[in-house]
Amino acid sequence: MSESTSRYGGFFTESPRSGFLGWVLSTDHKRIGLLYLGCIVTMFIVGACLGLALRLQLFQSGHSIMSAQTYNATFTVHGVIMIFLFIIPSIPAAFGNLVLPIMIGARDVSFPKVNLLSWYCYIAGAVLAVVAIFSGGGPPDTGWTFYVPFSTQTTTNVNLAVTAAFMLGFSSILTGINFVTTIHRLRCKGMGWGKLPMFVWTLYATAWVQVLATPMLGITLVLIFLERTFGAGLFDVAKGGDPVLYQHMFWIYSHPAVYIMILPAMGVISEIIPVFSRKPLFGYWAMAFSSLAIAFAGSLVWAHHMYTSGMSDMAIMIFSFLTFIVAIPSAIKIFNWVSTLHKGSIQLAPPMLYALSFIFLFAIGGLGGLALGAAAADIHLHDTTFVVGHFHYVMFGGTGFAFFGALHYWLPKFFARMYNHKVATIAWALIFVGFNITYMAMQAVGIQGMPRRYYDYLPQFEPLNMVSTVGSWILAVGLILMFVNLWRGIRNGTPVGINPWAAATLEWTVPSPPPMENFGEEDPIVTRGPYDFKGVVADEP
Amino acid sequence: MSHEHRDDTGARFGMWVFLYTEIILFSGLFLLYSVALSKFPHEFGIASHKLNIYFGAINTLILLLSSLTMAMAITAIQRGKIKQTLLLTSSTIGLALLFLVNKFFEWSAEIGHGIYPGSEHLAAMGPGVTQFFNLYYFTAGLHGFHVIVGATLIGVVTVRVKMGKVTPERYVLLENSALYWHLVDLVWIFVFPLYYLIL
Amino acid sequence: MHATEHQHEPVSYRTLILTWAALGILTGLTIAASRIDMGAGNVWVALGIAASKSCLVIGIFMNMRHESRLFKFGLMAALVILAIFIGMTFIDVLYR
Repeated sequence: MSESTSRYGGFFTESPRSGFLGWVLSTDHKRIGLLYLGCIVTMFIVGACLGLALRLQLFQSGHSIMSAQTYNATFTVHGVIMIFLFIIPSIPAAFGNLVLPIMIGARDVSFPKVNLLSWYCYIAGAVLAVVAIFSGGGPPDTGWTFYVPFSTQTTTNVNLAVTAAFMLGFSSILTGINFVTTIHRLRCKGMGWGKLPMFVWTLYATAWVQVLATPMLGITLVLIFLERTFGAGLFDVAKGGDPVLYQHMFWIYSHPAVYIMILPAMGVISEIIPVFSRKPLFGYWAMAFSSLAIAFAGSLVWAHHMYTSGMSDMAIMIFSFLTFIVAIPSAIKIFNWVSTLHKGSIQLAPPMLYALSFIFLFAIGGLGGLALGAAAADIHLHDTTFVVGHFHYVMFGGTGFAFFGALHYWLPKFFARMYNHKVATIAWALIFVGFNITYMAMQAVGIQGMPRRYYDYLPQFEPLNMVSTVGSWILAVGLILMFVNLWRGIRNGTPVGINPWAAATLEWTVPSPPPMENFGEEDPIVTRGPYDFKGVVADEP
Repeated sequence: MSHEHRDDTGARFGMWVFLYTEIILFSGLFLLYSVALSKFPHEFGIASHKLNIYFGAINTLILLLSSLTMAMAITAIQRGKIKQTLLLTSSTIGLALLFLVNKFFEWSAEIGHGIYPGSEHLAAMGPGVTQFFNLYYFTAGLHGFHVIVGATLIGVVTVRVKMGKVTPERYVLLENSALYWHLVDLVWIFVFPLYYLIL
Repeated sequence: MHATEHQHEPVSYRTLILTWAALGILTGLTIAASRIDMGAGNVWVALGIAASKSCLVIGIFMNMRHESRLFKFGLMAALVILAIFIGMTFIDVLYR
């Protein structure tokens, strides 16, 4: 075991190999988690820059800083990067890898080499996506949804893009297989299902969705590729095909995909709220089963993306009804988080700020989802910027904020350094305000009828668009401040000990940073629950 | 300090979970098939008659036999019979190759008749027949890809048995390659009647 | 699980060969059934026979009958999801 020089201890210095190879050939879940984290944050920044460019284009009516073609490519690549390279892997692949094994008292995941392979698949997908942007036919311009017939006919780099997405899907599947097996097989003594941290329950539900839904995306992407290559006509009416079937196949994955995005985020919130309320999570089993219910019910509603596609009225009614059902387990979670806060001893540390704002923003997004799920309302709202605002509320205000909360909660554990709380709070405030201005304005102008994916719009939509763009600048400043603060905290922050937050889950019982194989000679034995704070104290400041 | 992690049941479970993903992967093609069949019941019958039932039936029997040889290989290694194990896994690979050779001849004939995805001749036969053959080629093609992957996996395991890395005490790799192979057989069990046997 | 690995008992060659013979018979059956015109029923008969063959392959060749409930649950989950995907798509296709 070579001792590499590092300013951090634990798994940073103890490693079978030193240097660069020690990272890219590592099968240690903590190193793989950090490899993912670095890539994911990078892709977020790239995607965010593209988003800012979109908002810049939409600042004024009749004024263009880019051509229509460039705009189409920009929102397509923004979507592909944000969804496949940022949000889907963000919490499971980064934080799931970092924290899951330790939380269940295991030494690593069930298949460490497969774990590393999943990261390689991610990198392959990222490289292909970059090549798709800069080579030959130019970046794809179909929207991240790749709808036929345009996606089979456009001359842009759709083949490369769908291959990239396929690799990223494969990465997600491998993570899912690993986590399902790990949670079943590697829980330590005493870690029964009733003692699992809620984050583990949500990763478990997510992993099943990753396993059972992602392959449908895989085959759909393969078919786009084959259609472009052979012109067979699977989705071409003249050749007996049906373009609406493409949409079914696409959304059969892509709707459950949003639950892959949100479930782990909900798990993060379920970890943070109890710790910073000094109270156990309210309704443990309701929270656990609602995670499974969301995963299952979420697989029944995909065609609510297709009300205007030409599908049957019967399907419209049934899918709309089921969409309302899936709101129920999500609502249960909101009630239980709020109940956890009730009469708690609230500490507004940075992770808590993100968790609290998650509840607010996710609720707004969820209510917007109900408006869209109602078929009649959706006829008006479909393909407007109301939809764009809705999904940014749930995916960014939801998963994004939970990801930021996770950064503020767990980075001190893995780097044993604390960032500046005052700066973190200011950054959070800027992000929160900027976010709401950007996306509330977007939802408002969408209700007024502004279409999405349009590079220009009627003058009557200009005031709200201007407001939204200014909001995006405030948001950007906040994000920059947040990342710079976290970076400086990791590098030069105040050293922290084992348990700066007085949390009760197992990762807070091992050294910071955790050592190789997480625990000492003996496997841990668990007797307490994950939110049993009796006698748990934070490290001395 | 290193705790050796060995969990054969977990390893088998992981492979099963991977097989569930393969089921869903093929299900997309079966979804398209079922919709097309409901739209073009008569044309699917006409198209099915253009496939050679003998190629299909022989290939079905080849794969069923290869599943037998792989299942027997597990029993062989459990009983410590290494030579038998190697014979059985090699036979499986041989049968896989036979399947692929059959497929090559079958498709050469079809393509020679102008029946392939995107061909004018196929389009001229109408949308129902076109859909049938599009789905046939893509499904059987994806399946053939999995035959190659499965045979390769079994090849790797065969080498490792020879090298003494897969043993009567430690053979989960052989079990897992067999599980993958049985999935390849299972897909074909559905492809055969749905494509070759429509009245 | 660091202690002795739980290994399954070897399945006898006899059982495996009998299973294979049954699979052959079912293959013959599905070919024979396809020659009888049952209209829409043909597809369901074909699927039924294929499902029976699958039970034999999964239960005996893949040794599912000796695996724990978890393995069986996972398979059920995958099959239920599959049925949902195809079935609910038909809510659209059938009622247009």
